[in-house]
Amino acid sequence: MARKPTTAAKTTVTLLAWGIGLLIFFPILWTVLMSFHSEGDAIKSPWDMLTSVWSFESYAEVQTRSNYALHFFNSVVISVGSTLLALAIAIPAAWAMAFVPGRRTKDLLMWMLSTKMMPAVGVLIPMYLGFKNMGLLDSRLGLVAVMTLINLPIVVWMLYTYFKEIPGEILEAARMDGASLRSEIIYVLTPMALPGIASTLLLNVILAWNEAFWTLQLTTHDAAPLTQFIASYSSPEGLFYAKLSAASTMAIAPILILGWFSQKQLVRGLTFGAVK
Amino acid sequence: MTMTLRALLGATAALALTGMAMAETTEITVATVNNGDMIRMQGLMDDFYAKNPDIHVNWVTLEENVLRQKVTTDIATKGGQFDVLTIGTYEVPIWGKQGWLVSLDDLPEDYNKADLLPAIAGGLTVDGHLYASPFYGESSMVMYRKDLMDAAGLTMPDAPTWTDIEKAAAAMTDKSKEQYGICLRGKAGWGENMAFLTAMSNSFGAKWFDMDWKPQFDQKPWADTLAFYLHLMNDYGPPGASNNGFNENLALMQQGHCGMWIDATVAASFVTGKDSTVADKMAFALAPDNGLGKRGNWLWAWSLAIPAGTQKEAAAKAFVNWATNPAYLELVASKEGWANVPPGTRTSLYANPEYAKVPFAKMTLDSINAADPTHPTVDEVPYVGVQFVAIPEFAGIATEVGQQFSAALAGTTTAADALAAAQELTTTEMTKAGYIK
Repeated sequence: MARKPTTAAKTTVTLLAWGIGLLIFFPILWTVLMSFHSEGDAIKSPWDMLTSVWSFESYAEVQTRSNYALHFFNSVVISVGSTLLALAIAIPAAWAMAFVPGRRTKDLLMWMLSTKMMPAVGVLIPMYLGFKNMGLLDSRLGLVAVMTLINLPIVVWMLYTYFKEIPGEILEAARMDGASLRSEIIYVLTPMALPGIASTLLLNVILAWNEAFWTLQLTTHDAAPLTQFIASYSSPEGLFYAKLSAASTMAIAPILILGWFSQKQLVRGLTFGAVK
Repeated sequence: MTMTLRALLGATAALALTGMAMAETTEITVATVNNGDMIRMQGLMDDFYAKNPDIHVNWVTLEENVLRQKVTTDIATKGGQFDVLTIGTYEVPIWGKQGWLVSLDDLPEDYNKADLLPAIAGGLTVDGHLYASPFYGESSMVMYRKDLMDAAGLTMPDAPTWTDIEKAAAAMTDKSKEQYGICLRGKAGWGENMAFLTAMSNSFGAKWFDMDWKPQFDQKPWADTLAFYLHLMNDYGPPGASNNGFNENLALMQQGHCGMWIDATVAASFVTGKDSTVADKMAFALAPDNGLGKRGNWLWAWSLAIPAGTQKEAAAKAFVNWATNPAYLELVASKEGWANVPPGTRTSLYANPEYAKVPFAKMTLDSINAADPTHPTVDEVPYVGVQFVAIPEFAGIATEVGQQFSAALAGTTTAADALAAAQELTTTEMTKAGYIK
């Protein structure tokens, strides 16, 4: 029989968990705190900054200088659009790999993952030229396509892992009841794998929202998402911490709130199997 | 004719008219950095639109390094994403030679090309053609605390030597009060510590390459430069200086922790501005020398250029003319005062008695005039550029050399080892690039 943990042990673990949690969250917290001060106060020592006047000055300036709504809209279209497209491709792909694997399925999965190991800058010029020739530079459509392709290996891998935990017999039973392949995937497999699909969707929306290499390189104005909105507030000559913090807070707030509300589903999807 | 049909016809006509109006508007995209003067220009666009109602400007403001990478990719692939670029004096000679930029020789007469400061225009001219129009120019100078100098019983000469700087730094240092005699760049990067150290090395008689493009870090002048820099920073500089760039030193100076700061002339308006706790105690002097005929100051200009691939050259030229015309300086002065006018580009600005009242105006002009990008060093060299060498390989090499020198400042390597490593890596890269046969 397992021993009951002592109160001291419980307190220590709780304090340790809070400490680690705070340490991870601290950069975000400090960014938010700095955003509520003037540029002059933001560079002072931590205590002097916290005791100086709090204001919305930086937010007001960021609002005046940038078109936040356009950047936000672009981020939503790119992250949600690319995730849905990736799911539409990955669900059938993961089904095939999980339930009708071939001799090379494992190799195929490894190859897909290996594309993530290549430094993005290595294909910048060919990608840029391709986008230019197809007229996709600074277009949402182009960015949705790129984000889909970038995140596809992760989506396939995650779904493959969830699907592997669903007993094949259930799908066989559906087939014996006369379900077509389409019905099998839509009405049997998808509902059973819903927690996994939901967590895959959430994680990929977050990944696409935060992607900062391709979104900066392939957009200029019309399709520029929030990553470019943040990048525009760093300055080589002049104080910029407060305005950059305000812009960062405005850019991460939507995804932070989404993560907050969906954390239960996210954790469940990431830690439990499909039919447990 | 029914009411519905009439309404439909009316709507169609209105749409057609709107379409015609939109078709007449030329949209241009301007890539720029997030500097105070650039942001101010974006706030004054009503004046441009009043004069050019058929042109609309889309701004793309980016962090300097991101902008440089993005603009380089676009211009090299002829992507055509930008119609006007904000670039520095490092890129202009290289890109101008490559044929990547449109010549600005034919800007209208009121642009007054002859009015540009010769030192600045020289850095933006390739084979006699102006390839970029300077928006603001800067050099570097000594910004110091006059109250601390007075308390120490010292006077800073208008044109100090490095010995004067050392003496002042020693006198103003009181580490118990977190007061450091001198603050200099230590963060690694070709535009960070290497901008300062390359300019400083010119005054010590050092150079990056001899006439055969052989690196010179194994020569005495570079050893003297680095040794003196490390002595100043280790004995009189702030702790953690190897992480300090322009903005970190600006923060230290504004909070009263530095006795002296040698950096960009553009910083003068910041250290005397509203965020500075020492605004009324600041004074300025030329960058130091060692009596060898060259001062340790650099020359830089953020300039507007037009990429050769643009389809909207006429509109782009109209914008460049407006933004860098003498009339723009008067526009800024009328709206925001003379102290906020983009400095360092035009002779007429410094002849203006109103602008002469700005405390750092004369020292900025003298500093710019003291730099010569075509003859930057004591000895003859095969390159142009004061704090950089205008070859494409320089940014990469200088960043690596900067990491060595920053490590020497942090104490993780010695000056001798840093110089030896710099010599080796520069030789390797220059051989690979074909400069050394």
